[in-house]
Amino acid sequence: MKDLAEAALNAAQIKGAAYADVRLDERVQQDITVKNGQLAAVSDDASEGFGVRVLVDGAWGFAGSARLKQDEVQEVVERAIRIARASARARSVPVDLGPPVTSRGHYRTPVEHDPFTVPLTEKVELLLRADQAMGAVKGVTIREGSMEFIKQTKVFASTEGAYTEQELYESGAGIEATATSPDEVQNRSYPNSFGRHQGAGGYEYITALELDRHGQRIGEEAVALLLAPQCPSGVRTLILDASQVALQVHESCGHPTELDRVFGMEAAYAGTSFMTPEKLKHLQYGSPKVSITADALTPTGLGTFGWDDEGVPAQRSFLIQEGLFVGYLTSRETASVLGQQSNGTMRADGWNRIPLIRMTNVSLQPGDSTLEQMIAETKDGVYMETNRSWSIDDKRLNFQFGTQLAYEIVNGKRGRMLKNATYAGITPEFWNSCDAVGGKSEWQVWGLANCGKGQPPQVAHVAHGAAPTRFQNVKVGILK
Amino acid sequence: MKSIEVARLTEEGELKRFMVELLQRSPAQQTEVMVTEWDSALTRFANNGIHQNVAERDVSVRVRVVKDGKTGVASINQMNESAASDVLNRAVAIAELQPKGEVVPMPGPAKSQRVETWSDATASATPEERADFVEAICARAKRAGLKAFGAYSTGAEQLAIANSLGVLHHHRSTKATVNSVVMGEAGSGYADRGAIDVRQLDKNDLADEVIDKAQRNQNAQPIEPGVYEVVLEEYAVAEMLEFMSFTGFSALAAQEDRSFMRPGERITGESVNIWDDGVDPSGVPTPFDFEGVPKQRVNLIEGGVASGLVYDMQTAQRAGRQSTGHGLPAPNTEGPFAVNLFMGPGTTPKADLASDIKRGIWVTRFWYVRVVHPKASIITGMTREGTFLIENGRITRPVKDLRFTQSMLDALNGTLAISQSTKLEISEYLGAARVPAVRLKAFTFTS
Repeated sequence: MKDLAEAALNAAQIKGAAYADVRLDERVQQDITVKNGQLAAVSDDASEGFGVRVLVDGAWGFAGSARLKQDEVQEVVERAIRIARASARARSVPVDLGPPVTSRGHYRTPVEHDPFTVPLTEKVELLLRADQAMGAVKGVTIREGSMEFIKQTKVFASTEGAYTEQELYESGAGIEATATSPDEVQNRSYPNSFGRHQGAGGYEYITALELDRHGQRIGEEAVALLLAPQCPSGVRTLILDASQVALQVHESCGHPTELDRVFGMEAAYAGTSFMTPEKLKHLQYGSPKVSITADALTPTGLGTFGWDDEGVPAQRSFLIQEGLFVGYLTSRETASVLGQQSNGTMRADGWNRIPLIRMTNVSLQPGDSTLEQMIAETKDGVYMETNRSWSIDDKRLNFQFGTQLAYEIVNGKRGRMLKNATYAGITPEFWNSCDAVGGKSEWQVWGLANCGKGQPPQVAHVAHGAAPTRFQNVKVGILK
Repeated sequence: MKSIEVARLTEEGELKRFMVELLQRSPAQQTEVMVTEWDSALTRFANNGIHQNVAERDVSVRVRVVKDGKTGVASINQMNESAASDVLNRAVAIAELQPKGEVVPMPGPAKSQRVETWSDATASATPEERADFVEAICARAKRAGLKAFGAYSTGAEQLAIANSLGVLHHHRSTKATVNSVVMGEAGSGYADRGAIDVRQLDKNDLADEVIDKAQRNQNAQPIEPGVYEVVLEEYAVAEMLEFMSFTGFSALAAQEDRSFMRPGERITGESVNIWDDGVDPSGVPTPFDFEGVPKQRVNLIEGGVASGLVYDMQTAQRAGRQSTGHGLPAPNTEGPFAVNLFMGPGTTPKADLASDIKRGIWVTRFWYVRVVHPKASIITGMTREGTFLIENGRITRPVKDLRFTQSMLDALNGTLAISQSTKLEISEYLGAARVPAVRLKAFTFTS
């Protein structure tokens, strides 16, 4: 690996690159799906390759290949250089990376139990037990459970002298029960939606989920939802469970604080951001209860690593501090425009993609309330749990979310179960209406392994720490 | 300089030899091997300049084995003898280490229709050609006092699939796409194009549309949400069709009672015809699916009536019928997928779609669409880059983007007119849709 990296960097410099970096990446992934009492799918995927990023005449070029051979390295570097020269013909301003980055070292995800050493049969049996628990509930029509394990080994080297090696592990699992009627499809999942709950860690992460203990409950809830009344429309107090808060943070704080979006670098695809630089340290983004950090050091977070894909060390910074917008997620190139240094958020989803600014672990800091206290204090409200649908505009202002499950809250008590619950709002209005955040005992890191961005498309694995949170005067129940 | 930019794909004969040798080496009762190989490049621009510019070459060798009633799947992104051994051994090991499950049958050999989807010009497009194209759009935007953003990609790929029952298909294709957002101080416009042959992408035509849209979409004012008559441009219609495919057109969705399709019942307006055709050259054809089954045309909605579903090998087996050639790569728990969508044209010139609307909304495109209620076909999303008020048959002014929450079937049930022209929209991930613009009687904007 090291020889290939050095060869690529030497070739890039000889051919005229003012800066170059190379990433060699090897990934193995195992996916298991159990459906309706049967093993439905097992796959074992492996991918390796390298990507070379060069700066020539102040413009970027990148090329990657799956062939880890010396002759291929020369050709890929040549391709990247030629692409960079073409970029230079039509660039706007020359790229400035700011101070050099010279990180060196090795990082490995803390893993107690390597998931790739756990027998396949043990994993399948756990999923089948959870499936059986869901299947015991009359009315459940579809049961599904899945696991995913990833091991990524990557080497980063740059012409500035950086050289880092990382071994990153992820483990994830989840179950879902679906019930249908002539007019409805209702589902409940555990611990999260989107197929599973995922974190940086080993098989101990799966064991701790106790999937088989939750199968019956979610099955019963899915069936009960078919007969539940529709969530009524109105302006109400809204309490969200921690997993839904995590997604709310992701969409309405994580994405708009990506500085590449702010500068228009994603404008033709994912969009821009309402959090423009003149608002930095001026915008009251949320109430004083709202503090949000980007922290690549959070244990079990999917955005936890040693260095980002520009060699910048993992670190923690505030995006929102007691409601005030105070910081961005940055790269070397974008930070230098603001006279700052990168806070280490550049990640690529493989050897064949350039790094982009991606959320690390963007977390709402715990408050001092509890879910039960929030409910007890609420006269007329709705509690919503587990995401079902999500949509937000291209500036990250106008959003609408739906959840799998909801309960009405009447005079401080949890009332009827409600189906098809949705809520909508405008980002700063919504976060400024936040009047209670759950404390550390209810705060949890939620993995999100489906964050899309970039052209060609990339999928990032990110995480969000969150606890149940309450908001006032929210428009709920859009469906009639 | 041109030589290194010609897409470098493995020669067909060599590829087939690799696959056949892998099949011969397999100890399993049934084995399938699928190879996808691609060489692609993408030039991205923002603020009137190129800011990202990338290229990649990669291959995927995916092997499925069935041994003693158990299935294993493994993949690797190398194509050589040791990779073949490795991926085969891993697939077999997975099969041997698991309890018995439902076996998805493999198809036998069947002839697929040959369709030409290759362009040497696209396969050999250079970074300089992409830069020139982008520079021309940026220069036009700059002259108009605007800023251009977007991405321009060219690429070549091949897909081959073989199995131990005698299937051996190979198909190669090229694709060129460009999308652009052009922004002014107070609004933006959008346009995109896609083609098999890069020479069909006309930079001036694209620039005309996106700049005109951006110029007309400045200083948009809010409008009260509510139910409006609408014109949806092709961009929005294509996205709606993709979501109909995602939630309703799959036989698995129907078998699991999740689909909005009610076979034989009228579910949209009578003028609505939607079908899937994987070999129609006016789309982005692929003659066989990822299980090696030749693609069949499937009429999905005919004269407003739910008339068909797409099947893969598994759903076809459950239904006791033949696959329609809409399978995804193994292992697949998502079911079949219609990816070559068409909506039939009407008789109205696109420019006249708004002419009878007293008060309505013109929608250029949708953004961030998500399913809210699959069985009622309700989706939500935002309008983006060109939302206009229609008054007395004319577009009068831009309005702020709106959120919609709307049943797709209800919307199409109120189809009042369909444009006589259609546009090809190539999907970001898989397939394409050729669709017209439509005028719909009622569309619900919720905020």
